[in-house]
Amino acid sequence: MNSFFLILVVIGLSVAGYAAGRARSILSASGDARILHSLPSYYGMFVALGCGLPAILLLAIWLVIQPQIVDHMVMAGLDASIMPQNADEYSLMLTDIRNLSSGNATSRVASPAIVAATERYLTLQSIGFWSMVGSVVCIALLGLAWARSRISRNFRARNAVEGIIRVLLIICSLIAILTTVGIVLSLIFESLRFFARIPFFDFLFGLHWSPQTAIRAEQVGASGSFGAVPIFAGTMLITLIAMLVAGPIGLLSAIYMAEYANPKFRAVAKPMLEVLAGIPTVVYGFFAALTVAPLIRGWGEGVGLDVSSESALAAGLVMGIMIIPFVSSLSDDVINSVPQSLRDGSYGLGATKSETIRHVIIPAALPGIVGAFLLAVSRAIGETMIVVMAAGLASNLTANPFEAVTTVTVQIVTLLVGDQEFDSAKTLAAFALGLVLFFVTLGLNVIALRVVRKYREKYD
Amino acid sequence: MTDAIMNSKPGAEIRRPTLSADRLKKRYAAERRFRLYGLGSIIAAGLMLVFLVGSITGTGYSAFLQTYIKLNISFDPEYLDPAGTGDVEQLRTADYGGMIKKNLRDNFAEVTSRSDKRKLYNFVSPNAGFDLRNMVIENPSLVGQSLDLWIKASDDIDMLRKGYVDRTEEESNRRVTDTELGWYDRLDSNDRIETRFNTDFFSKADSREPEEAGILGAVTGSLLTMAITLLLSFPIGVMAAIYLEEFAPKNAWTDLIEVNINNLAAVPSIVFGLLGLALFLNFFGFPRSAPLVGGMVLALMTLPTIIIASRSALKAVPPSIREAALGLGASRLQVVTHHVLPLAMPGILTGTIIGMAQALGETAPLLMIGMIAFIVDVPGSFTDPATVLPVQIYLWADSPERAFVERTSAAIMVLLAFLIFMNILAVMLRKKFERRW
Repeated sequence: MNSFFLILVVIGLSVAGYAAGRARSILSASGDARILHSLPSYYGMFVALGCGLPAILLLAIWLVIQPQIVDHMVMAGLDASIMPQNADEYSLMLTDIRNLSSGNATSRVASPAIVAATERYLTLQSIGFWSMVGSVVCIALLGLAWARSRISRNFRARNAVEGIIRVLLIICSLIAILTTVGIVLSLIFESLRFFARIPFFDFLFGLHWSPQTAIRAEQVGASGSFGAVPIFAGTMLITLIAMLVAGPIGLLSAIYMAEYANPKFRAVAKPMLEVLAGIPTVVYGFFAALTVAPLIRGWGEGVGLDVSSESALAAGLVMGIMIIPFVSSLSDDVINSVPQSLRDGSYGLGATKSETIRHVIIPAALPGIVGAFLLAVSRAIGETMIVVMAAGLASNLTANPFEAVTTVTVQIVTLLVGDQEFDSAKTLAAFALGLVLFFVTLGLNVIALRVVRKYREKYD
Repeated sequence: MTDAIMNSKPGAEIRRPTLSADRLKKRYAAERRFRLYGLGSIIAAGLMLVFLVGSITGTGYSAFLQTYIKLNISFDPEYLDPAGTGDVEQLRTADYGGMIKKNLRDNFAEVTSRSDKRKLYNFVSPNAGFDLRNMVIENPSLVGQSLDLWIKASDDIDMLRKGYVDRTEEESNRRVTDTELGWYDRLDSNDRIETRFNTDFFSKADSREPEEAGILGAVTGSLLTMAITLLLSFPIGVMAAIYLEEFAPKNAWTDLIEVNINNLAAVPSIVFGLLGLALFLNFFGFPRSAPLVGGMVLALMTLPTIIIASRSALKAVPPSIREAALGLGASRLQVVTHHVLPLAMPGILTGTIIGMAQALGETAPLLMIGMIAFIVDVPGSFTDPATVLPVQIYLWADSPERAFVERTSAAIMVLLAFLIFMNILAVMLRKKFERRW
């Protein structure tokens, strides 16, 4: 039995509550449902909600809080002689106890005190679990009984149910806000801890990035330096290459589809371009690392260039392929919304189609096209898997596309993957990079959406 | 303009556009060129797509086949059951690897040196013993018999069979030595080597041995994760869309929610991973690597897509439907649940499927919450450590063995097949229920 079954039990009780409420309402109207205030199903629903909602809420809160209480109690109950001195030791010991209790191997040979703590941990856990089962079922039954007792012929069940559902709807729409708040808070909170160790301007303007910090204080040579400029430069280099691919191809495709193509061709070409956006990025990453990078290296060697096997060019080219549809579909939209009268005027003056496009339509659609490019840039900056698989880890400050560079997202992944301890400057640096990434992409998106909206208003 | 006219002296040359046939020809040529650029860029994008898919299927299709070697295996009681007890527990723990090695030596009697023996053992998969063990446990009467059996070959021999080993290359650069080539050719000429459909690829989880590695674990992990994502994001997304579209007053607060949702849709996916790491793992203490947490992170990521699609589906239902229902005395919630929502459902489902397809292909946020561990078991519950198909692809892509390259491509083909299926489903839903008011 686990919490999943408990949820099923609560759902079962709610269904029973529905039947009970419905039956009671009909009974209270002595069999004639017409004299009830609401339809019988609303009375059933009222009892079901009264039974299920508080129980599920309690269950959720309990599941979040119980582990923390159990951890605290176990650690507080430890013998004074092995009581951990600092936060690192504390979390290490806790991990040991948790691992032991789930039957996994631990990092050290368990001392008897730890084994005892593990047993205590398991006991507390099972006490916690069974008291959770008890209280959740109790609350569910109480809610059921209370809601059922409310039912009478004149009880306005529909209004009550609709009120509850409305509150639920509002809560759901707030989750999007809460997500943003959660992102911003967690990024800022962890970044502040990072900036408490590394000065803000050293991070933003420093020219040297090597995040290896010493694990032990006496270790030599690994002090770690967190100047993020090479990373930003690498990100921009790869983004630039990607836009050099996606910009012309995307824009020209959009122009062709909007102005030249017949509906049949459009019906084939448009989905084909959109398929490019639907392919998972890990597939592009594999393609870049295994097919494109060796190709470019081979060509480079053919003309006597020294190409790194993790060149910025390979990652950039493949990323460019990926963002073609982001440029083309939005540009297609804005070109289509340029009023026909502008085209007709230009044709009337004797311009050819391409002259009309170059001198009339593109200038008219320019704000929208700029918006499309900005959105594509923000996509490219935030893209992770392609660069993780095809770009390097070496933080070179270079503009040479044949060399390996690293990007913000690559660094976030390498700093956080496989690292269990969580308060070294190394892992916190990832959050500082994440913060920069979040605000840069957010800024680009806000500007792009505003530009596009302004443009649409102009021709609506 | 007027200045120019006033300044121009009488008798000065008047500039007229040249209307010569030459210039017209040039303009038409420019027109044709421009048109060709457009067509060329679409074709270029198409070729890139073809190249991408082609290179992946080209390297991946062979992973659906696996090489087997026919060996004469004698189920020697000396190895399996020296005491002759016939006890199943004894049969379970017996040394099948040693038995296979002995049989290999018997099959190749001329091999005597230590290094040659090791090369010989390399012919069959190190895990082939497990298959034999299962055979014996199922049928204990095999002990003492001697049979010709197809044994799974190791990845090196598999690669050789599939033509990925270049025989003309220097011996030291090859993974298969000349001696091994000789043995292989001998086996081959005796019809003792064949390739069959690779069922293990679909029925096993990850392994360090390429010939043992399969995608079942990753696919199960993906299904569990997607189940959580769907269970969370679909109801929440649809309910949020209903509130914003049908109930919310038009004020600054609703505007804020709207702008917020649009921006959330464009936040890089890895940032959601950072949120999951900081909030779910470090703050709430949820288990690492679990489909539960992965599903929650992906649900937050898919939510904007579902909300936006649901809103436009709800918006497409004409107001006359709502007015008619209100006129008949329905409450506003009844209008929505009885009339508007069913009519908007196809659009909502289409959006949901597309959102789920995105989530299925997503890798980066799951790396952040530790779904990148090497896991040999098929996950059985939402809190077991698991990995998902895209992460499995990422892990295999990092493995140096040639055999993993082909398996990575094959896993990509499976992933793409899932995605194509989901997108076709979405298109069909849209086609079938599309309604013009």
